Amino acid sequence: MSEQTAATRDVPSTAKVVVIGAGIVGNCLVGHLSRLGWTDMVLLDKGPLPNPGGSTGHASNFIFPTDHNKEMAFLTVDSQNQYIDHGLNNTCGGIEVAREPQRLEEFKRRMTSAKAWNIDARLVTPAEIKEMVPFINEEILLGGYYTPSVSVVDSLATGTRMREEAVAAGNLSVFANTEVLSLETELLPSGFPKVTAVVTDRGRIEAEHVVIACGVWSPRIAAMAGANIPLTPAVHQMADVGPIDVLVESNKELAYPIIRDMDTFCYERQSAGSMEVGSYAHRPILMRPDDIPSNQASALTPTELPLTYDDFEPQMEQAIELMEMLGDAEIKYAINGLLSLTPDANPVLGETVEVRNLWSAAAVWIKEGPGIAQLVAEWMTYGYPHMCDPHGSDISRFYPHEKTEWHINARCNEHFNKTYGIVHPREQWASQRGMRRSPFYAREEALGATFFDARGWERPQWYSSNEKLQAKFPEAFTPRTHEWDARWWNPVTNAEHLQMRESVGMVDLTAFNEFDFEGPGACAFLDYVCVNKVDVAVGRSVYTPLLTPHGGFRGDLTIQRLGEHHFRVITGAFDGGRDNYWFNKHLEQWNADHADAQATFTDRSQGICTVGVWGPNAAKTLAKVTTDHTTAPYDLSQEGFPYGAVQDVLIDGVPCTMFRISYVGENGWEIYTRMEHGLKVWDAIWDAGQEFEIIPVGIGVYAVTGRIEKGYRLMGAELESEYTPVEAGLARPKVKAAALIGKAAYRKARDEGPAAIMCTLSMDSQQCADGYDRFPTGGNEPILTLSGDRIVDAKGRVSRVTTAGAGPSVGKYLLLAYLPPEHAVEGTKLQVMYMNELYPVTVERAGATPLFDPTDARMKS
Amino acid sequence: MRVLVCVKRVPAPGAKINITADGQAVDTAYLAFTTSPHEECAVEEAVQLVERHGGEATVLTLGPAEADEQLRYAASLGVAKAVLLPITEADWDPQRTAAAIAGAIRELEAAEGAFDIILFGNESADSGGFQVGVRVARALGRPIVNGIKGIEVGDGSVRARREAEAGVEVYTIPMPVVLGVKEGINLPRYPTMKGRLNAKKVAVAQVTPSAEPGGQQMVTLLQAAEKSSNTVILGKGPEAAAAVVDVLEELGVLK
Ligand SMILES: Cc1cc2nc3c(=O)[nH]c(=O)nc-3n(C[C@H](O)[C@H](O)[C@@H](O)COP(=O)(O)OP(=O)(O)OC[C@H]3O[C@@H](n4cnc5c(N)ncnc54)[C@H](O)[C@@H]3O)c2cc1C
Ligand SMILES: Cc1cc2nc3c(=O)[nH]c(=O)nc-3n(C[C@H](O)[C@H](O)[C@H](O)COP(=O)(O)OP(=O)(O)OC[C@H]3O[C@@H](n4cnc5c(N)ncnc54)[C@H](O)[C@@H]3O)c2cc1C
Repeated sequence: MSEQTAATRDVPSTAKVVVIGAGIVGNCLVGHLSRLGWTDMVLLDKGPLPNPGGSTGHASNFIFPTDHNKEMAFLTVDSQNQYIDHGLNNTCGGIEVAREPQRLEEFKRRMTSAKAWNIDARLVTPAEIKEMVPFINEEILLGGYYTPSVSVVDSLATGTRMREEAVAAGNLSVFANTEVLSLETELLPSGFPKVTAVVTDRGRIEAEHVVIACGVWSPRIAAMAGANIPLTPAVHQMADVGPIDVLVESNKELAYPIIRDMDTFCYERQSAGSMEVGSYAHRPILMRPDDIPSNQASALTPTELPLTYDDFEPQMEQAIELMEMLGDAEIKYAINGLLSLTPDANPVLGETVEVRNLWSAAAVWIKEGPGIAQLVAEWMTYGYPHMCDPHGSDISRFYPHEKTEWHINARCNEHFNKTYGIVHPREQWASQRGMRRSPFYAREEALGATFFDARGWERPQWYSSNEKLQAKFPEAFTPRTHEWDARWWNPVTNAEHLQMRESVGMVDLTAFNEFDFEGPGACAFLDYVCVNKVDVAVGRSVYTPLLTPHGGFRGDLTIQRLGEHHFRVITGAFDGGRDNYWFNKHLEQWNADHADAQATFTDRSQGICTVGVWGPNAAKTLAKVTTDHTTAPYDLSQEGFPYGAVQDVLIDGVPCTMFRISYVGENGWEIYTRMEHGLKVWDAIWDAGQEFEIIPVGIGVYAVTGRIEKGYRLMGAELESEYTPVEAGLARPKVKAAALIGKAAYRKARDEGPAAIMCTLSMDSQQCADGYDRFPTGGNEPILTLSGDRIVDAKGRVSRVTTAGAGPSVGKYLLLAYLPPEHAVEGTKLQVMYMNELYPVTVERAGATPLFDPTDARMKS
Repeated sequence: MRVLVCVKRVPAPGAKINITADGQAVDTAYLAFTTSPHEECAVEEAVQLVERHGGEATVLTLGPAEADEQLRYAASLGVAKAVLLPITEADWDPQRTAAAIAGAIRELEAAEGAFDIILFGNESADSGGFQVGVRVARALGRPIVNGIKGIEVGDGSVRARREAEAGVEVYTIPMPVVLGVKEGINLPRYPTMKGRLNAKKVAVAQVTPSAEPGGQQMVTLLQAAEKSSNTVILGKGPEAAAAVVDVLEELGVLK
């Protein structure tokens, strides 16, 4: 096989894999697939090689490795290492500079993330910046964040290497100037289509797998098969100005560190004798994939559109202010360059939800391209990536309303100017709010709820009506001094927590997803997907992890057995899309393999609402309104309705299903009913609870304070595919007999024992150098030894905060973190870094035993 | 010295020019706009003339409101003044264009004095009519030479050079003069960032163009037939050498 662009060569009629798009992603992907043993691959691009005209051809190609997001930080550093391995990484250093005081705060946060990810970085003064970059106007700067490892890579050459590596191995044929015109699919018995062939202007290729690595064009290609890749092409402006004497005289491609002028959303990067000036400050300029001109009709390339100067002019003034010499340099090249934006600014990776064997590797930057290519190659090879957990980029994370052009544009318009922004970990979206509301919404609004967005659901985070508790719990209302710590937070959460623990509270949990599995194979199928034994008595429930084939967490949820052949999975708002996909994908194979044990899947989420009622007076409250199907009072005692039981009742005459469970450590129930009944049920409970001073309780308690006191783990925070149930403290005494996904790996993890153990830590002091208390947000703050060293376990994973929050009932500020066994010992003294300062912490619990009510007596009394 | 340079806003297309469905215009949805390479040189020449001899350069265009972009581009290079003759149509025929431009020049000159040199591009990049400059010169009763590749200003006259089939023609022409400039006369500069920002502040004067339509009318634009290339593989390795030599001989590269 060979690399050939001659127009005479037809494409082969069959291939195992067709990868569409020869940008950084497609090229690296075929290279990694080849390394993982894939053969018989075809790589297509509509443009010429080595630069087919996509975004890769004109990228500025620099990498700033610091990222607060663990997944992106990992993939960026891994990619940079791959560029280094190719010898195509030119290290020049980079300085992010501050013009505004709040940026200096952000730099402290960056120092903290750099510590977590082991990136060499330091804060620098304006004078130090001047020393490194003599042509900068340091007088307008307050300081900088310097990263020596910042580099510029050769993405075209790296792509060429990876592609040629696969060609040389005999595993790949490459066809440039070959445009994909359509995709063919066939309908599977499951009702899902499967991709079968790629039709190009040079012929048709039957393929087992097709990967879309088409950058800004990806949605257009996906649509050819009826699939959806939610991204939009967007403009990023860049101009090349020069020649500039000082740069020419340096006689180097990169003699000076790259400057990111963070507060003007602008960068300056040397390119030999000239400077590339790029901007993320202009108005968001979004396009449609179908409107991108063809290679032939483009003056430059399809992704290098003419610069719209009106948008760029303010940036030029700011650039000249920072580097006077830029003013007199000629603008030799200026573009409205195209790149991909997604609704949540993360990549879009994995098999498309709509079409089997059709994969997406899109919305990827140069800085993470090679790493993501490897990640997707592993995903295709092993059924889930090994190198890191991809949940933030997983294409199946999106709900249907998040995949519309309307939503994509609304969110991209909102976040484009935050590309260099300071984004709070609890930051809320302003656009596309009110998309999904529970039946309790009006009541919540009247009670002064502040709503947070949970994948479209409006969930009350706290209620101003509970400020009346100030007299009762004055210490709960201690304000947070630092604005950052207090942002998107309210002290009333502490009071809601205490009142719930003292009496009773109601929590809106309508954002839950409910998936029903029915049929003779339902039990066996769920047993195959879940770690814990699903075959329990009707009316009982199971709390269980789902594993990847590699034995890491793929899910974490509860299952209710509603009937002999009827199970209901309850899973959270943030993982509903991913779980839906995972179940469907495996159910399809299950049904194909088990003619005698078929099962069906139904998503019932849109019809069901949920309210949680918890606290010492929960049973008393509910007893007043709960009956069986007659009018007889329902037995809510531990004996009649034990922990983990699921029973059908009437509440004020409304059919409901009650589930005795708790994520906050109190006795109580999740109560499920149909959406249209919801309001009546809420009102009945509310009225019944008045004599107990029932309060509405926000998600601030449910997801943070209540949960963390109980050490309950959350998928996506503590639970990731990089960790096993053994390490999370969720392994049961025995492994069930039935086959299950990830079983061999799970056994191995049990035999080997944990390389890290999930621990609950408390802060011994929260006082910062300025003399007031700080409150870590739980954004990957590193846990350090007393000598300030990072803690890395035997598998190379760093100890960092996965959740942080107040523990109002234990009177401590709590942190969850994995620690290697030698540190995972109760009483061990360590430190946590927050905003570049160190605070003493103590290991309170190693493993799943909660800090609050360690025997769970409250839940079972 | 007062120099006027006339430019026309034209699309900057790629290899393939898309035409709108009604056949009346080039599809410019994602195209940049520019002036012809000749006009870029004319603007550069105007700026250099003023740099050398002092005075002031003015740029003029007849075109849609968006042609403001081409005026400011010239301004960003050092042209001090800009004049727009706004029209609502995409283009005027050359006769009408020339009449309107001549009228505007008379108006400008009445107010601020004659232009010593009026520069045109040799021909525009879109319709390539080779005539607006000539018509304007004729209307103003001034001498014109086209195809100019060198200008030297003397005392009351210019020496202008142009390439001829077998050598170089040199003209001495009294000012005021009209010259059609050809690409190659100079290497146009790019605007600087400061130039761009200054250009934003330049006030664009408007002169309402008035002229009767000329005799020429655009009926429709047709897409040129796509040239298809056929690749013939001449052979592989050393065996291909003879065939390659044949082709080179056929092309006249080898004799
Ligand atoms: C070789 C050739 C010979 C031709 N001969 C004739 C002919 O004899 N008779 C005939 O009727 N048609 C002729 N045509 C066709 C016809 O003239 C063109 O199609 C016509 O539309 C040209 O106008 P233009 O806008 O391209 O201006 P051009 O005359 O090509 O423009 C020349 C210069 O005038 C200036 N200019 C042009 N428009 C403006 C404007 N709007 N504002 C300011 N400055 C401007 C610019 O400096 C430009 O570079 C000929 C075409 C060719 C190619
Ligand atoms: C001005 C600018 C500067 C940038 N600088 C940086 C930077 O410094 N660092 C960084 O990390 N990122 C940077 N980026 C972002 C980066 O360029 C992109 O994110 C990255 O190149 C995307 O790579 P890709 O492989 O996904 O897509 P592309 O490189 O766009 O490749 C997609 C390919 O798909 C092909 N294709 C599309 N449709 C079809 C079809 N129907 N048939 C066949 N082939 C098809 C296209 O021809 C194209 O080659 C920059 C972007 C811009 C605009």
